[in-house]
Amino acid sequence: MTKLIYYPGCTLKNAARNFDVSTVSSMAKLDVEVEELDRWNCCGTVHALGSENIMNRVAPVTNLIRVKETAAKTEGMANEFMTSCAMCYNTLKRANIDVQNRPDKLEVINDFLNLETTKYEGDVEVRHLLEYLRDRVGFDRLAEKVTKPLKGLRVACYYGCLLVRPKEVAFDDVENPMIMENLIEALGATPVNFPLKTECCGAYHAVGKPEIIADRTDKILGSANDENIDLVVVSCPMCAYNLDFRQDDAKQLNPDLKNTPVLYFTQLMAMALECGDEALRFDLHHIDPLPALSARGLA
Amino acid sequence: MSTTTLRINPTGPSGTFVAKIEKISGQKLLACYQCGKCSAGCPMAAYMDILPNQIIRMAQLGMQKQLLASRTIWTCVSCLTCNSRCPKDIRIAEVIESLRETALRNGLRDDRLNIWEISPEARADLPPIATISAMRKLTS
Repeated sequence: MTKLIYYPGCTLKNAARNFDVSTVSSMAKLDVEVEELDRWNCCGTVHALGSENIMNRVAPVTNLIRVKETAAKTEGMANEFMTSCAMCYNTLKRANIDVQNRPDKLEVINDFLNLETTKYEGDVEVRHLLEYLRDRVGFDRLAEKVTKPLKGLRVACYYGCLLVRPKEVAFDDVENPMIMENLIEALGATPVNFPLKTECCGAYHAVGKPEIIADRTDKILGSANDENIDLVVVSCPMCAYNLDFRQDDAKQLNPDLKNTPVLYFTQLMAMALECGDEALRFDLHHIDPLPALSARGLA
Repeated sequence: MSTTTLRINPTGPSGTFVAKIEKISGQKLLACYQCGKCSAGCPMAAYMDILPNQIIRMAQLGMQKQLLASRTIWTCVSCLTCNSRCPKDIRIAEVIESLRETALRNGLRDDRLNIWEISPEARADLPPIATISAMRKLTS
């Protein structure tokens, strides 16, 4: 068993428990023991774009200090951690790159965090789960571990913004990423291409301008459904919420929009690796994935 | 857009505003040659009153009043499609964020979201990732 530090983030412990449990249980099947980061705090949610913003780097850097402390306590553990949430990944990775490039900023942050016993020196690696699966586990090895191939299941992979932009954090092609498609193929399912896979879902307008989200949801899911898909997979709890929970509003705009289940890619892994129903938590979805799955003989 | 008389003076108030936006955003506004690629790919363009390439042009000219009153600066969600496609490597989203920050921190606390105006049911339904990011972007 390989040991790996895992940063869940707030939403995976809340509305997106399905993402959390499917991540942890499928990693166990791949012989990776994930250990939740001790005393983690908010990732910072959105990366502040101001060039001299230091205050908004404090939360992410505190997490990077915790990673160093946890790694130091465990024999053979690297200064790295994995997160499956696309937003946490993006914010933590960009803060890390920012302080690595700007020692003056890092010094101010370390001074500010003077009660911490560990200093941050830009020496932690931030990894997204997809990147870890491709580069460390390997999609070939993942395919070997699959006990229930998801035969016939047509899946649209939706990346949204945070996995591929900006290019400094992208671990695949910015305009046409294929990493999720390759993963879906390893699980025995059929990935389908659709043009809007990296187009923004509208993100936090879910709070104040839900009408924008309804329109975006209609366009994105409509485009995916043109390819006769069974479901959409995502890696971001913000995208998942918008595309899943706003489908009723989207149907008000377009009555022809088909009910489309939105799953985390880890839930398909948990199915293909037979982690059990408790690793899926389909009760947390708005559009029930079961009809689409049973139509393919998978539920 | 309504007719506006512009007096461009690099040492006057519009020049100070241009310098401030360039400083906060870390971008060179004059690098833009108006190819329009940012607006062509913007997934939020349909909900904006001023397109992203127009924002850059108006920022070059120091049109502070019009920029800070625009709907666009509150519509952009920093998806960074414009940044990744700009042939001049201008980070348009950073420019828009600097305008947003200027509006939010002008001493009036002109917040664009009041979380208490959202019904308790809707609030309970929203995931924390949505509420926190909206507050980070739309309140001071």
